[in-house]
Amino acid sequence: MTLTVNDVKRIADLAYIEIDKDEAEATLTQLSGIFNLIETMQAVDTSSVEPMSHAQSVVQRLREDEVTETDQRELCQSIAPQVEAGLYLVPQVIE
Amino acid sequence: MQWEIVIGLEVHAQLSTRSKIFSGASTAYGAAPNTQACVIDLALPGVLPVLNKGAVERAIKLGLAVGAKINSPSIFARKNYFYPDLPKGYQISQFELPVVQGGSIRIQVNGIEKEIRLTRAHLEEDAGKSLHEDFHGMSGIDLNRAGTPLLEIVSEPDMRSSTEAVTYAKTLHSLVRWIGICDGNMQEGSFRCDANVSVRPLGSEKLGTRCEIKNLNSFRFLEKAIDFEARRQIEIIEEGGTIRQETRLYDANKDETRTMRTKEDANDYRYFPDPDLLPLEIPSMWIDQLKATLPELPEARRSRYISEFGLSAYDAGVLTSTRELADYFESTVKQLPAQAKLCANWIMGEISGQLNKEGIEITDCPVASIQLAALIARISDGTISGKAAKIVFESLWQGELNQDVDAIIETKGLKQISDGGAIEKLVDEVLAANAQQVADYRNGKEKAFNSLIGQIMKATQGKANPAHVNAILKKKLGG
Repeated sequence: MTLTVNDVKRIADLAYIEIDKDEAEATLTQLSGIFNLIETMQAVDTSSVEPMSHAQSVVQRLREDEVTETDQRELCQSIAPQVEAGLYLVPQVIE
Repeated sequence: MQWEIVIGLEVHAQLSTRSKIFSGASTAYGAAPNTQACVIDLALPGVLPVLNKGAVERAIKLGLAVGAKINSPSIFARKNYFYPDLPKGYQISQFELPVVQGGSIRIQVNGIEKEIRLTRAHLEEDAGKSLHEDFHGMSGIDLNRAGTPLLEIVSEPDMRSSTEAVTYAKTLHSLVRWIGICDGNMQEGSFRCDANVSVRPLGSEKLGTRCEIKNLNSFRFLEKAIDFEARRQIEIIEEGGTIRQETRLYDANKDETRTMRTKEDANDYRYFPDPDLLPLEIPSMWIDQLKATLPELPEARRSRYISEFGLSAYDAGVLTSTRELADYFESTVKQLPAQAKLCANWIMGEISGQLNKEGIEITDCPVASIQLAALIARISDGTISGKAAKIVFESLWQGELNQDVDAIIETKGLKQISDGGAIEKLVDEVLAANAQQVADYRNGKEKAFNSLIGQIMKATQGKANPAHVNAILKKKLGG
């Protein structure tokens, strides 16, 4: 797979990362290296291997459906930059 | 050209657990902002999700009710996107191996049964709420809803009209409440629909480019949004244009859909298995236990009402629209097994009408099934006429006379005259006073008969048993 500088810029856009032309070039080289590595690995025949969904072979534990958390709003909001009327305030996101 | 509309629905059903899907915070509706958002819901560093057994159970129950495959293991994935009401920067959802795979739901449209296939149903967490007004240029975030368990139920593109789509949504809405996994409250957002709509020339096999309409929170909006969207797409194609795949919003005030985002700037969600959650094993023993707790399903009841009580498919469908209504019908008919049709008519007619009028549910019906059965028994044994029964019903509804049917009939003097001698005397009087009509009837004028019946009923102030009057009059005229 061949990446272009435009691909890098699009990925940066999606990740909300600001990137200039030099950085894009450098990132292109690094990313292409990673893709080459993946391509090499893809040459391995894995058709008889079951896909792994987790590194450990244990299963998920479940909790009973009970309310165990109490209201900690005051404590949680004490570290928030800005709150009002019980809400966390963030920069306007709507276009 | 004839066009065919193709619709698939994605329904988000909020599961009726007490606590959230990955934390022990409450899911109660309407709490003060952020009082039900714990450190896990806020995604503070170092916290880990622990899966709620109740949420998994509800997903399995739906799977069993629609005849789907329950995947084991089932895995959770991160769906990555950026928005402040999603503090982790990803939503925990399922991508590969959802809990519920396949299955189907049967719907009835204009008396015709149709099967809608399900693709899958997966567990995921809800996001918080953003409030964009009144915060001096900032947005306010309430994370109470963050982490609320949702079951996203995805259908195949098997629907061909807005009517079918609405019927499917209503059937599913009834089912999730029937099996007790979701309260179905659409005002509170417990049941929301996204519709995938495309059009194609009738007879074509190839699917057209689809648009997704987001967040339709009423059946009426679902219907109107689909109708508008299909018209919009047909117009574009007929004018030589092409449909752009995009996500659209329905504006109820303007009754139109508009672009929300196009495919080009769609997020790449970068799904991958969540390393914080291990594969979920669902042993068959657990599935069997849950199967044993499932009530008789609406479809099974519908066919039982047809075969056991001889009801029409339509009646059986209406009576099984909610479990509560079906239970009411059954407890009425249990006391009058021979009068199932009459019970059905009264419940679908007077009871439902009155409930609608007052905007209350069957569970709050002031007339208990035992009282309704007592009333119907008096109609079927000929004590009162259908007309008088309506007066008795009104009294029952108002709670008069301790809701004692016989006392109401007695006090209001509603008893029919079924005494043959009394009726015969009246008939003789009427015949004597209407010699002309008697002659007309005997000369072959059938209409005169009904006129005579009318006269007799009037003379008895409607209290004579019409069947008796009919028989006696026939006998007299024939003789």
